[in-house]
Amino acid sequence: MALDDTKRDFKVIGQRVVRPDGIDKVTGKAQYGADLILPGMLWGAVVRSPHAHAKILKIDASEALKLDGVEAVVTRADFVEQKGDNFADNLDNIMAGKKALYDGHAVAAVAATSQRLANKAAKLVKVEYEILPHVTEVDEAMKADAPVLHEGRKYTGAPAGSGPNVTHYQDYGHGDLDAGFAKADMVIERSFKSEGVHQGYIEPHACVANYNTDGRGETWVCTQGPFMIRDFTAAFNGFNISQVRVTPSEIGGGFGGKAHIFIEPVAAALSKKTGRPVKMAMTRSEVLRATGPTISGHIDVKIGMKKDGTITAGYLGMRAQGGAYPSGTVDMATQAAFAAYDLENVKSEGWNVVTNRPKEAAYRAPGAPLGVWGVESVLDELCQELNLDPMEVRIKNAAKKGTKSSYGPTFDDMGLLTALEAAKAHPHWNAPLDGPNKGRGLSCGFWFNFGGATSVSLQINSDGTASVTEGNPDIGGSRASISMMAAETLGLPFEKVRTIVADTNSIGFNQETNGSRVTFAVGLATIKAAEAAIKVMCGRAAKIWGIDEEAVDWVDGAAVPSGPNAGDFPPMTLAEIAKVAVQTGGPIAGHHEVTADGAGVSFGVHIADVEVDPETGKTTVLRYTAFQDAGKAIHPDYVEGQMQGGAVQGIGWALNEEYIYGADGRLQNDGFLDYRIPVASDLPMIDAVILEIPNPGHPYGVRGVGETGIVPPLAAIGNAVSRATGVRMTKLPMSPPTVLKAIS
Amino acid sequence: MSKLHVTTTINGDSREFLCEPEDTLLDALRNTLGLTGAKEGCATGDCGACSVTVNGRLVCSCLMLAAEAEGQEIDTIEGMADHDKLHPLQKHFLEGAALQCGICTPGFLVAAKALLDKNPDPTETEIRYHLAGNLCRCTGYDKIIRAVQNAAAEMRGA
Ligand code: FES
Ligand code: FES
Repeated sequence: MALDDTKRDFKVIGQRVVRPDGIDKVTGKAQYGADLILPGMLWGAVVRSPHAHAKILKIDASEALKLDGVEAVVTRADFVEQKGDNFADNLDNIMAGKKALYDGHAVAAVAATSQRLANKAAKLVKVEYEILPHVTEVDEAMKADAPVLHEGRKYTGAPAGSGPNVTHYQDYGHGDLDAGFAKADMVIERSFKSEGVHQGYIEPHACVANYNTDGRGETWVCTQGPFMIRDFTAAFNGFNISQVRVTPSEIGGGFGGKAHIFIEPVAAALSKKTGRPVKMAMTRSEVLRATGPTISGHIDVKIGMKKDGTITAGYLGMRAQGGAYPSGTVDMATQAAFAAYDLENVKSEGWNVVTNRPKEAAYRAPGAPLGVWGVESVLDELCQELNLDPMEVRIKNAAKKGTKSSYGPTFDDMGLLTALEAAKAHPHWNAPLDGPNKGRGLSCGFWFNFGGATSVSLQINSDGTASVTEGNPDIGGSRASISMMAAETLGLPFEKVRTIVADTNSIGFNQETNGSRVTFAVGLATIKAAEAAIKVMCGRAAKIWGIDEEAVDWVDGAAVPSGPNAGDFPPMTLAEIAKVAVQTGGPIAGHHEVTADGAGVSFGVHIADVEVDPETGKTTVLRYTAFQDAGKAIHPDYVEGQMQGGAVQGIGWALNEEYIYGADGRLQNDGFLDYRIPVASDLPMIDAVILEIPNPGHPYGVRGVGETGIVPPLAAIGNAVSRATGVRMTKLPMSPPTVLKAIS
Repeated sequence: MSKLHVTTTINGDSREFLCEPEDTLLDALRNTLGLTGAKEGCATGDCGACSVTVNGRLVCSCLMLAAEAEGQEIDTIEGMADHDKLHPLQKHFLEGAALQCGICTPGFLVAAKALLDKNPDPTETEIRYHLAGNLCRCTGYDKIIRAVQNAAAEMRGA
């Protein structure tokens, strides 16, 4: 695809316009998942296992059903059994079959005339369990004699001789590790351990399902993937996909965690059974016990370096748990780990194991923060030991265009060196850090970025405006950036374009809003749809002028005659063409459907200054600066917002957040009081520096920016704390007790 | 069980509603009165998404019983704009891109207004501590703090 457009002077792109959904969101009008109430609506509640691992012997709902106003109960028997691991595992996760596999696993659900009654009824559903031994820790679960989650299941990805819970192994790399380590002046080897962390979106999962016994109906839901919700809801309930219409509500955060199904097919089943709309909304405790978290585990890193800072070899091995069902996220952790460096000898490998924890869900750059944390920590320690400048060492070894990446592909244009040079020149890096107990940390970060299946349609309206219809829920301002790209392409001002996120019947298939794909892929499809409409408009002008269609160009929002006809007619604006569209051949629209490729890799660099209180072990972040290549920032405010939000999630991961399981296998901290995400008073301003190295795979050079920001903070903070205390930190989170233990 | 009858003032209008004794003010606002601007993020007083003011005092409506609203003046996000005129805080949240998903925004706006009503010229630290009961997972707080600073400056006529 031609990249010449990225050099042009943009009129709309790069402006900081006010987002179109903004007023609804500052006045309380915006409708989120739990905000819809339908006439005759029932309320659902889920019965969840209090045990980490138990056989379900019997479910008796008779007492619950005796209550006046309790209308239905569903269990696994109400769903259609699935073939294929993805569908079968997802069904088992949203409604347990023979066994409950974690604390919080759904085993039944009820619908009643009020939420309180539904909750009361759920408590009256008697479930007889046979409690089984459980395992929540990675290394325990890997053992040959560990409690087995899925008896008899064969995992084709597991190496021969693995324990019964090992689901997966994969390795990446090139070169000769031994030869590389032999060339090093110093080799450091470290083992790291991380705990599980949750996406922590503020809006719990919520939906309203309204189905009839004939299998026709609708779901209103806060989700990153309305088409995914549609397909699973249809399959699990035996509906035909065409009869299931899913409308995405406004969404109160997702970060990957809402790219999965949980209560939605259950609400549909209850609705079908009662013939009435059913609302289901999770409590915060349910969100923490039964959705999300990311993978966690042990990371072993070994890196060799010469005295001049050249990395001679790098190894990373990760043993991860992804909850009760097989997960491939460890692959992304191991692929991303060394991506920032141009290495001759590199290997990374990962194992996944199932444990009695909730099924792992994607979390912003899934896996990457963990792998990168291990590598960047050991690099930093090598710099300390060899007395080298950590910035210069990163610049020296940085991957660039043409580098064969540690995970295989060869890189195209990319912004890592630009980001490193910007960081090196930034006042933050050059400011003195005076006083005891302070440290400055640096880390690079990487995310692949995805494209994926995308559909967009665009109509030209009779008043000279344009309407864009897309299918990817807008979590952080994407309707603004999509409108901006449409406006730029059509030559209209931003105010004359409106983008909506449509239901699943009103637009072609779209993959979930994930992988930092929306501004890239939906943007690309929007530009193509606008170009298709432009082609039609040029044709109409040609018809009116009586000249050849090819002899019309589109310039600044108007058709102009070109070539031999140049100057023969005055330009005809979009509004003028639109006004007579019906007479000149019919309505004017454009659409584009594509599996978008060429997302363009994303790199970032973060600098963190911290102070550690040696008496309490508490870490205070004093200053924080993030640098990231956006390719082309369509709306700079929302690019900065992604960088700042990602950085702060990473800071929370580094310092506070962790899943704590008791010996009984139950989650101990299932609320925001104990699962403590960063609050405003924990933080300084987060400076965001946007760099723009155009992505050759997008007409305007866009790269996704949503995920990379969470990758560097773990090591940036970890390196800062290690330098402040003089002790290398190897355990996350670096909460006060952990730091205190490490330094005393 | 018979319901309780509550008479209250919400956003300047007198309102009456029925509630169960254990209903929270948040339940009544959202499910009975159709005011869904206050959100439920936790129902345990930890996230601030349900923030409203009662007689000018900031409260988590998930922690207050609906029946306790009897005779009180409740203000919610729905009453913050003066008809078609946005409050300076709303305007600066929009212009400064202080929201991403927006689920926390009503709570932040109500909480920030409660601060500026008492302290028209807060320091950055005062703003950060005052808003520490409101969780935002999307923004990292940077643009929220700046929007509050800018709104405060505008309201002071600075
Ligand atoms: S819902 Fe009231 S504080 Fe979270
Ligand atoms: S904008 Fe999403 S939680 Fe604040």
